[in-house]
Amino acid sequence: MHTFTLSRSTQNLITRVLQYLILSIVVVIIFVPVVILIFGSLKTTGEMYSHPYTVPNPPHWENLIGILTTPTFWVMLRNSLLVMAGTTGGVVFVCGLAAFVFARLDFRGKNWIFNLFTLGLMFPINVAILPVYFVLRQLNEMGIQMIDSLWGVILVQLAFQISGNIMILRGFFTAIPAELQDAAYIDGCNNFDFFWRILLPLARPALAAVAALTMIVSWNDLLVPLVVLNSDDLWTLPLGTMQFQGQYGQDLALVSAFVALSAIPTIVFYLFAERQIVSGLTAGAVKG
Amino acid sequence: MQPLPAIPNLLKLKRVSGAPRRLQDTLLIALFLLPALILFLLFVVYPIFRSLYFSMYDWNGLGPATDFVGLQNFKDILADTVFSKALWNVLWIVIFSLGLQLPLALALAVLVGRDLPGRALFRAIFFMPYVLSEVNVAIMWMLLYNTDPDRGLLNAIVVGLGGTPVAWLGDTKIVLLAVFVALTWKYFGFHMLLYLAGLQNIPAELEEAARIDGASRVQNFYLITLPLLGGTIKTSVYMSVLGSIQQFILVWIMTKGGPVNASETLATYMYRFGFVRFELGYGSAVAIYMFTICLIFSLIYQRLTRQPDYLTGL
Repeated sequence: MHTFTLSRSTQNLITRVLQYLILSIVVVIIFVPVVILIFGSLKTTGEMYSHPYTVPNPPHWENLIGILTTPTFWVMLRNSLLVMAGTTGGVVFVCGLAAFVFARLDFRGKNWIFNLFTLGLMFPINVAILPVYFVLRQLNEMGIQMIDSLWGVILVQLAFQISGNIMILRGFFTAIPAELQDAAYIDGCNNFDFFWRILLPLARPALAAVAALTMIVSWNDLLVPLVVLNSDDLWTLPLGTMQFQGQYGQDLALVSAFVALSAIPTIVFYLFAERQIVSGLTAGAVKG
Repeated sequence: MQPLPAIPNLLKLKRVSGAPRRLQDTLLIALFLLPALILFLLFVVYPIFRSLYFSMYDWNGLGPATDFVGLQNFKDILADTVFSKALWNVLWIVIFSLGLQLPLALALAVLVGRDLPGRALFRAIFFMPYVLSEVNVAIMWMLLYNTDPDRGLLNAIVVGLGGTPVAWLGDTKIVLLAVFVALTWKYFGFHMLLYLAGLQNIPAELEEAARIDGASRVQNFYLITLPLLGGTIKTSVYMSVLGSIQQFILVWIMTKGGPVNASETLATYMYRFGFVRFELGYGSAVAIYMFTICLIFSLIYQRLTRQPDYLTGL
């Protein structure tokens, strides 16, 4: 009996060690590209050619400072922030309202309209980009400036985030107990009061999850800005990164510095909002 | 006789107070749905019909489309060997994703499991590439794939092991796999996250009970974990296939679909015709094909996965 438990616990110990070993290898694979990038961003172009994989010693901040002192970088950062704020605010507002109706109210044709929105899940923006471009051009011809405007980017990003986020929020809103709604009505609330004073405060974590997810998607989006924006003073960071890589592709140290600078905001944001992002994604997937 | 007239009055009173209430409700529903509906119809639904219209024209985008060609674009696309190459490449990406990427994600999720000390840290690290932008991931991997062993880490390793440098992104036989590795690096964490959430929903008592009954770890995995993860796997497969069909940015930046179309995907093919060559009619027809593929896949997949409920889990 004693030897049995001993072998069982050694067996468990071996599994644990193996578990950590395999997971550590994956951690290394995840970090190698990131570390190489950060090293590269702290080297001069000459160093990048002579010893590209070593620790930068001493670190050279010239490339990073050079980029940070050009106004272009800050213009791109501002554009990215504007688009992100616009899209995220829009998604939370538009999807919050619609999800409330789908989760809490009844009316004729509800299922029909809901199914219409679920169709949107099948048509990602990458598939629809050319058709969307036609509509933007058409709006332009009607005098509504969409091409080469940050509004165009925001509205298209927003439209393609609607379906998924309505599903996520509807899931969260449905989970709030019906008794609260009944109690609110008995106390004289109408539907709007219930939505505004009871449901929204309770759903704050859900709204935060949707906002965090949308911020990531909008911040990282390249395709919509690529198609919509022409003037370089409207470029967002991903678009600028792509153009920068095309222009200075041979100078690996400089490109590394630019990519590192444009990735840092994402990583910092991720460290703070990991919980919200994860809960939004898993809720969306489980409900979807 | 007195109470009788009171009854119609009461009813009337109720109706009077009820009517504006109902009107108010209808107004609220309409106002709440309108922003989402307008944006969705204008930028998601209407474009499909718009491109259906243009797909029947030979049109370079300058001036109105006047050169009606019927279904010619659709026929030309089917006859184009580059299109079938793109279709095959997408199919390969789907096969690689389902055959390698998802099993890898599942294996790692099971390894991290429910109660491994450091679980949250591993999850955070594995998921990190997913939040990086595709542009940044593409450029990071281009640095690694550099053909010069003095600059590209992968070739430095190959040379260090006594091999000759490989043109990762320049060899038609390797390029798709090279792109797929970068894709996996970025996306496996997302699927792992789904599986971890799914595992969380499986009661620990079930596996405990099976173990007491003498089930081995392998039996436990195949007979309990896997069937109960059915719903999660179904979602993850769906998202993976749809993601593969629309794969664009990573491929476009790393290879532009080359060399000699070896890494062409449906989305790079459409982008090339729409935004590089400005053959907008032809590009629209490609978009219609892609819509159709997405739609047919979604419908078939939903039909297939709905039936056997015991497989799709709780």
